[in-house]
Amino acid sequence: MARKGDIVINIERCKGCEVCLSACPHEVLALSKEVNSKGYHYVVKVNSECTGCANCAIVCPDAVITVYREKATSGQ
Amino acid sequence: MSENNIICHDNLVYDKTRVMTDKVLHYCPGCGHGTAHRILAEAIDELGIQGETIGVAPVGCSVLAYYYFDVDMQEAAHGRAPAVATGIRRVMPEKYVFTYQGDGDLAAIGTAETIHACNRGENILIVFINNGIYGMTGGQMAPTTLPGMKSSTSPRGRDTSTMGNPLKMTELVAQLPGTYFVTRQAVHAPANVRKAKRAIKKALDYQKLNKGTCFVEIVSNCPSGWKMTPTQSNKWMEENMFPFYPLGDIKVPEK
Repeated sequence: MARKGDIVINIERCKGCEVCLSACPHEVLALSKEVNSKGYHYVVKVNSECTGCANCAIVCPDAVITVYREKATSGQ
Repeated sequence: MSENNIICHDNLVYDKTRVMTDKVLHYCPGCGHGTAHRILAEAIDELGIQGETIGVAPVGCSVLAYYYFDVDMQEAAHGRAPAVATGIRRVMPEKYVFTYQGDGDLAAIGTAETIHACNRGENILIVFINNGIYGMTGGQMAPTTLPGMKSSTSPRGRDTSTMGNPLKMTELVAQLPGTYFVTRQAVHAPANVRKAKRAIKKALDYQKLNKGTCFVEIVSNCPSGWKMTPTQSNKWMEENMFPFYPLGDIKVPEK
């Protein structure tokens, strides 16, 4: 089983460019119906498949996403 | 392990670097400038040279770069960043000096400064963001605009018989004896971002050798100027920009 990860999204920085959506190998991300204070549809997590690969955070132009991944020895 | 337990400091694998300020970037959604800023800041952070780095900001979309980097920054007149960086590096040879310039700044009004700084072999890093268009002023044709590419001043596409040919600055400076490391990268996909960051880190590290100018071109997108969504613009860039501006190292230091 792959290691589990999780992300924290800073919705106020997000501009809804969707670049992270295509970078995610597990389709964890989608755009919200709601908008942030600047009027952008921000990115949200829609399932729990995240493995903490950080691809989304690495391509994000606005440094919106913080990534966590459980240690290899813990869990499972 | 429940998801709540995953979010803790010990499990942190990626966070915004402290070399970038908390100010929200003014760039359009999906613009490669943000990613390019971030990897440059991460490279400075990982080398531990935040206190010894001086950046020179250009004129163009990235004119406000000094708001986003938490290092000493200097604004230069349009196109003159390599000349300003030359002065800074000569007065303070122990510092790491970089310029961050777009194609309108570096390849148009600043062509002379760029070529001469590279030819003199100034020990600076030039980061060149090439999106083939003048983004800030409304998507006009730039020297780097592709043949046939539409812009607001070439609405029927760039006709090379009357408008000239696109300028490959990176290949041009690679021929000069003053350059030490010349490479072309992109930041639209995770693998490219990782490679571009490694290239920038290497280029910054080379500065302490005093062997010459390092030049890193980043082929980028301009969703607003190209009139596309960010995802479409990245696809268009892969299909059209990369065949003309092929990615990879152009000049690498001899071992």
